Amino acid sequence: MNFYNYLAGLDLRGAAYLITPLIASILFLLGLRGLSRAESAHRGMRLAAFGMLIAVVGTLLSRSIVSYEWILGGLVVGTVIGIPMGLWIPMTKMPERIALSHSFGGLAVALVGVAQYFNYYRQLGPFDAGAVSFEVLLGTITFTGSLMAFGKLMGVLPGRPQTFTGQNAMNLGILAAALAIIVILIVRPDQQVLFYTLVSIGLLLGVLLVVRIGGPDMPVVICLLNSYAGLAAAATGFALNNPVLIVCGALDGGSGFILALIMSKAMNRSFQNVIFGAFGATVQQKCEGEFCSLTPREGTPDDAAELLKFANSIIVVPGYGMAVAQAQHAVRDLADLLEKSGADVKYAIHPVAGRMPGHMNVLLAEANVSYDQLYELDAINDDFQRTDVSIVVGANDVVNPAAKNMPGSPIFGMPILNVDQSKAVIVLKRSMNPGFAGIENQLFTSPHTMMVFGDAKKTLAKIAAAMKN
Amino acid sequence: MECSSFIILFYIFALSIFAGYQVISRVPQLLHTPLMAFTNAISGISLVASLIVAGEGLNTVSSLLGAVAVAAASINVVGGFLITDRMLKMFKKRGSSRP
Repeated sequence: MNFYNYLAGLDLRGAAYLITPLIASILFLLGLRGLSRAESAHRGMRLAAFGMLIAVVGTLLSRSIVSYEWILGGLVVGTVIGIPMGLWIPMTKMPERIALSHSFGGLAVALVGVAQYFNYYRQLGPFDAGAVSFEVLLGTITFTGSLMAFGKLMGVLPGRPQTFTGQNAMNLGILAAALAIIVILIVRPDQQVLFYTLVSIGLLLGVLLVVRIGGPDMPVVICLLNSYAGLAAAATGFALNNPVLIVCGALDGGSGFILALIMSKAMNRSFQNVIFGAFGATVQQKCEGEFCSLTPREGTPDDAAELLKFANSIIVVPGYGMAVAQAQHAVRDLADLLEKSGADVKYAIHPVAGRMPGHMNVLLAEANVSYDQLYELDAINDDFQRTDVSIVVGANDVVNPAAKNMPGSPIFGMPILNVDQSKAVIVLKRSMNPGFAGIENQLFTSPHTMMVFGDAKKTLAKIAAAMKN
Repeated sequence: MECSSFIILFYIFALSIFAGYQVISRVPQLLHTPLMAFTNAISGISLVASLIVAGEGLNTVSSLLGAVAVAAASINVVGGFLITDRMLKMFKKRGSSRP
């Protein structure tokens, strides 16, 4: 086709359909760049939201859309559900919220793929067939996998990993079968039975891959599902010949993958370990070493307040327990008191503290903690030895010295916060039960450590009250 | 789809991965949760594909599938941007009233 004739033949509608994906893609990239600093993040988000509006309007102007009733119905339902999901879900429920929305993303992509196949299976070329197949496989895995993750995070499904022998081999076998079906579909796209078998396999695989994952490994899984959701959207772009879907899907897929890598590195897990999800099995570890026979030193909130009165430098180490107890505001109240009496308060955030990347940062930000007080592991780890008191709020594995000095431990080699080096440690914990990984924590029995048992929120309030007297 | 257009689409994919890596690897740990909410919102771009399926008017089955897909994707777009907005407003520095 002659290029100039093509351009001359474009009306406003055609031109809009041609140019909006490009504008939208640029705005998405600019938006992501804004997230590199807290100051510019909000502006970046607005740019991306504007980009999304442009992409949607451009699509609505497309000539292939002939009726708007179904579209309108879907948009109304989606908006009615989306607004409360955006405005009213508490920050402590963010991991659940994110997992659930990944499942919606997977569902949308899978449904589009099925509809495409249903309408065009007689005319699909090999590339289209491959794209549609990957689209539905990734979409369905994301859909059921994210629902499983959501159920586990909500506590509806058992949080402990469900494992049985031969599980890995079985999963790999099913995955191989799915890939074989895709190859056949590329050669013979009209094999309907195979296509719908592929849909069922995807749904099954999502369940099987996540059922064996335990709670503390959720950050990695959520990142991986984020990545799958993105790749599924990119496959849709290939199937529909639509560049903006490819750009967005690649950004989303890449982001999830990078986060999964950061998380797995922070847990000292190998890459294969992450991809095959072959982790999270409970390992019962017998305690060895000098502190094991010791009983922990237990203190009351008053004892803790007494210790804190004479501290000049304090580091707070939050963990998932802080989210469970919703203690972020109580933490901030205590920190305010300490700062008022002249102490220096910092927060040390381990990359895998909580159930998703950055979970602790968001909770503390919600409690109005200034973000220049939140430190990453590398930035603060040398400060612990100069710190008077570290307060551990519901964190366990990320402060366990076994990661440094017990070569047999399942978490050996994992980068941890050097809480054990500070002059004194106060640990707020519900009970002496070992953490999710079932590993004894030497920090709790160390002579420098005072354990204060009970609900973290109530304990913090009691300490603050005792400080005031 | 022709082989040549597949290759062009693949170039777009590879370049986006590269560009995405450049910007995403600069996002600090502080903002990783907002990053996930944000990418979740823009992954609602599958709304674009859903709109076409729902509005093509080929048959009731595909229109229905499309409409459900539109609903699911728009939940992510609307909910995703709203929650990212809410979250980013919380990140404040001492002494500044603006996020």
